[in-house]
Amino acid sequence: MTAVDAFTPLRPDTDPYRLGHGHEAAGLHAHDASGHGEGGPASKRVIVGYGFWIFLLSDIILFSAFFAAYAVLWTATDGGPTGRDLFDPTSVAVETACLLLSSFTCGMSAVATGARSQLWTQVFLVATGLLGAAFLAFEAKDFAGMVAQGAAPQRSAFLSSFFAVVGCHGIHVTTGLLWLGTMMAQVWVKGFRPNILRRLLCFNLFWHVLDIIWIALFTIVYLIGMGR
Amino acid sequence: MTDLSEGRDEYEGRDEHDIAPGVTQAAEYNIREGIQTYAIGLVLAVILTGASFYVVSTPLIWGPAIPTALIVLAIAQMGVHLVFFLHITTDPDNTNNTLALAFGVLIVVLILGGTLWIMGNLNDRTMLPGEMMQMQR
Repeated sequence: MTAVDAFTPLRPDTDPYRLGHGHEAAGLHAHDASGHGEGGPASKRVIVGYGFWIFLLSDIILFSAFFAAYAVLWTATDGGPTGRDLFDPTSVAVETACLLLSSFTCGMSAVATGARSQLWTQVFLVATGLLGAAFLAFEAKDFAGMVAQGAAPQRSAFLSSFFAVVGCHGIHVTTGLLWLGTMMAQVWVKGFRPNILRRLLCFNLFWHVLDIIWIALFTIVYLIGMGR
Repeated sequence: MTDLSEGRDEYEGRDEHDIAPGVTQAAEYNIREGIQTYAIGLVLAVILTGASFYVVSTPLIWGPAIPTALIVLAIAQMGVHLVFFLHITTDPDNTNNTLALAFGVLIVVLILGGTLWIMGNLNDRTMLPGEMMQMQR
């Protein structure tokens, strides 16, 4: 097919009706997938990562609704305690440090996974888990202290929205810790198989996004709340 | 050749022009560069977090400006986390992830801004019974 004339069929890769049907179908190299509709679907890891990213964005939107409720209600203290009376800056600083460091160790575990080091992956995942658990312990202590002072969720609209937004983040961290434990077991038993690597990628994304939500929490709820 | 590239795509999370979120060009192959990226992110995040806590505790800053300063610092820190921890960049192969993020941010802005606007407006227009009594007097 060197001579081109009017009766030569279109080459498969230039035929517009074949776009998106994959180069494999076009008889070309099967792994040129671009993920932009040409050359067939993207690889599974890209699709899984992207799908999980969409989920995380929807989770961020969920949190934005809780934040909106808090922003509307934070002055509605019904004569009860305000953020200034209740929040302890030291405790917030320790919680922030724990979660930020756990985000870093989680990133280190991703590097170790990239290097296929079972030992260092597990070490950094354990560190991530311990820092996450420390964060939760401090948060639980704060909550218990507030309830003991009579600042339970039912005291005022401010406290209801406070416990809703901070508690929702706490539940996410708890879930993340459970996921972390199962991931450690899976890496240990099954090794670095492609499906395990995809799950580790998703876990990493989840954990980093929790830290991003905590930035909004310690800024809007705690620091701005303590300022007044 | 085909088998090699297949295995590598599966592991690296990127095709020729596309990339999964949380995956960098270099971080996962090259240990030194990977650690460097996360370490730079950590240092920047620590500086910004420290600045936030300092802004609240110092008497140097005019009171009403503090919330604005805190929000600016928080947005900056979120940017640092997105770039250095989640590896969301402006690279062409990151377009899908960035656009999804941009849409998410749009919805978040609509929810937060819309709620504050509407509720603030209702607050201004609603008169509590006590206030009405004062007006009648």
